[in-house]
Amino acid sequence: MANTAEFRTCPDTGLLFHKPAETLMKLNAVVGIVFLLIGGVLGLLMGLTRWPTVHLLQADSFYMLLTAHGVSVLIFWIIFFEIAVLYFTCTTLLKSRLAGPRWAWLGFALMVIGSITTMVSIFQGRSSVMMTSYVPMSAEPHFYLGLILFAVGALIGCFVFLGTLVIARAERTYGDGSIPLVTFGALTACIIAIFTIASGAIILIPTFLWKIGYINHIDPLMYRILWWGMGHSSQQINVSAHIAVWYAVMGVVFGARPLSEKVSRSAFLLYILFLQLASAHHLLVDPGIGTEWKIFNTSYAMYLAVLASMIHGLTVPGAMEAAQRKRGFNKGLFEWLRKAPWGNPTFAGVFLSILIFGFLGGISGVVMGTEQINLIIHNTLYVPGHFHATVVGGTTLAFMALTYWLVPILFRRDIILPSLSKFQPYLFGIGMSGFCLFMMGAGTLGVPRRHWDISFSGAIFGHQFPETAYLLLGLTGISVILAVIGGGLFILQIVGSVFFGRKRGETKSATPMIAEMVAPGLHGIGMGGISVPGTLVLALVFLTSFILYYFVNWKYLSQVWGLG
Amino acid sequence: MSLTPPAERIWWNEPIEAVELFWVAIALVWALVMFFMMPYWHIYGKQNLSSEAYRTTPEMYTKKVQAMVDQYTIRKETTRDMPVVAPPAGADIYMLGRLWEWYPALELEKGQSYRLHLSSVDWQHGFSLQPENINLQVIPGYEMVIKITPNKSGEYSVICNEYCGIGHHQMIGKIYVK
Ligand SMILES: [Cu+2]
Repeated sequence: MANTAEFRTCPDTGLLFHKPAETLMKLNAVVGIVFLLIGGVLGLLMGLTRWPTVHLLQADSFYMLLTAHGVSVLIFWIIFFEIAVLYFTCTTLLKSRLAGPRWAWLGFALMVIGSITTMVSIFQGRSSVMMTSYVPMSAEPHFYLGLILFAVGALIGCFVFLGTLVIARAERTYGDGSIPLVTFGALTACIIAIFTIASGAIILIPTFLWKIGYINHIDPLMYRILWWGMGHSSQQINVSAHIAVWYAVMGVVFGARPLSEKVSRSAFLLYILFLQLASAHHLLVDPGIGTEWKIFNTSYAMYLAVLASMIHGLTVPGAMEAAQRKRGFNKGLFEWLRKAPWGNPTFAGVFLSILIFGFLGGISGVVMGTEQINLIIHNTLYVPGHFHATVVGGTTLAFMALTYWLVPILFRRDIILPSLSKFQPYLFGIGMSGFCLFMMGAGTLGVPRRHWDISFSGAIFGHQFPETAYLLLGLTGISVILAVIGGGLFILQIVGSVFFGRKRGETKSATPMIAEMVAPGLHGIGMGGISVPGTLVLALVFLTSFILYYFVNWKYLSQVWGLG
Repeated sequence: MSLTPPAERIWWNEPIEAVELFWVAIALVWALVMFFMMPYWHIYGKQNLSSEAYRTTPEMYTKKVQAMVDQYTIRKETTRDMPVVAPPAGADIYMLGRLWEWYPALELEKGQSYRLHLSSVDWQHGFSLQPENINLQVIPGYEMVIKITPNKSGEYSVICNEYCGIGHHQMIGKIYVK
């Protein structure tokens, strides 16, 4: 048994923190938030450049900063934060000590060194290759080297997580049964991460060797297949991680239990089994890849993963509805939802995250992952519209929501400006939703992604996009400003709270930080024999929008040139 | 709660909620419908990609493109004398992506089918036909062949939508359909 002096019990939540793990959680989260800040500022510059009437940056700096934007938020912000989540779920939730804190420190150091190396290479200006860095276009060697170091560091973090699970099991720190659902979700994220990093190593290490002259050819198609083995599944780490956060927040705010452990856990398992292969949808219009392979991977693999997300889409709000009804908000279809704490950013952030991830990110992702429909979407602005809905509206918003809850617990400080924090998730969520919708609209009109000037000034031929496209890009720019203000407020509040928030001390504070668990079982709640009728109605609304939008796109496809 | 171990140690024997079962069933049916649409469209739909593609090299591909240009050029356009090529219906037609142009311009007939070949001689490019909004990945070393049948007449632009360096946003080509 570990030395008890190394543990601290949080007076507000009763949660047990292993001090070395707590330090690492704080550090990983803080560095992650620094990258979020960098990414957000760059995002503002991107938005203001793609807004045609503003057109802020010059072409070379636009492409350079676009590369920096993608790498800093899509990789560094999210993975640093995820490592913090992994350490939280394996130590605190299992009441365990962290396995090999020295290894965890080494991992953290490598991630910091790697991320700085890559960022430096980008800002030096000769690595403007976008996050995808498709060969034969090449970046400076230290662009790849930094990513490799970062990946090795993250991999060490994953193994520390797994090692901690083994210790916790051996020492029976959490009893004889299974690990909590949230830790289980984090475990699936960790397993996907290990697969992802392996795939990244398979492609980035040869690319690095190619760049420094040890290998003379990298096949561009093989690069794309392997790169997306990393690139897509890295986004599945996020999905698993942020859904674990959804469950965690429902537990914290409502004392909710999953409707049934079996369904929720099986849905997480589906991610491990199927999501990685879904990366096929990036290759649907590539030459030399067979139709059968494409259909197999985007149907068998992707749809079973989509099934998993649809299950969580019911079970997470369902758990909340059940808990609220048990508390007595049992009138009508939606009293449970109306009486939710809408001014609590931890709840509001997660609820918006579920809506944006499901309606905007999920539906658009499935549509563009359909073999033939991809023809009218590939590489247009629709694509970043989709993935900002999943990664920013879904993952980032969920992580922000969790941070509001974690800061008082980890740093023992109150959130400053609580009245502002009420609005922050809405500002950010609404800004991001607008941004995603308008970009998807512009993409439907053919506006390309990663493109500095859609007026083609100076090109040999002219092309005029419809006026609507310009309008949509203007609206995108305005939404970016809203979202960046929302994101800025978040950083202001978190950084401000860590340094200047009122100290909470080591006794229990007046404001409760964790809800009492509700009684188990679903007896005596609901309407007409359905225990969570409100959630079911919401789920059916979702399904209807999904079906309509899916077939609208087939209709649109049927009108373009015949292809065979 | 989801932050603590399951209430029942043997949780896999718990009964599943009826509402969950119902939703899983509907979601599964919907996934099957979506799966079915892709093979269905291959049989009955008019917009599909075959997987016809060949290995090639920049030299081989340039030679084939040039042979077509030499045979079928009808005029030259723009300050850079871009050839406009009008091969007969049913012919193999070629377009080549390079930093930073699509070469050559094509003139096609409405309602006729052509075998369009696409490749790059340097980096990856994105073939994006506007305002149709048909988008294909163009990869050096691979020659993709697609049977196209323009269904409307007019002037079409081919813009590059895969980032390919500083001149990316000026990479634009033309296809005229009579
Ligand atoms: Cu290009």
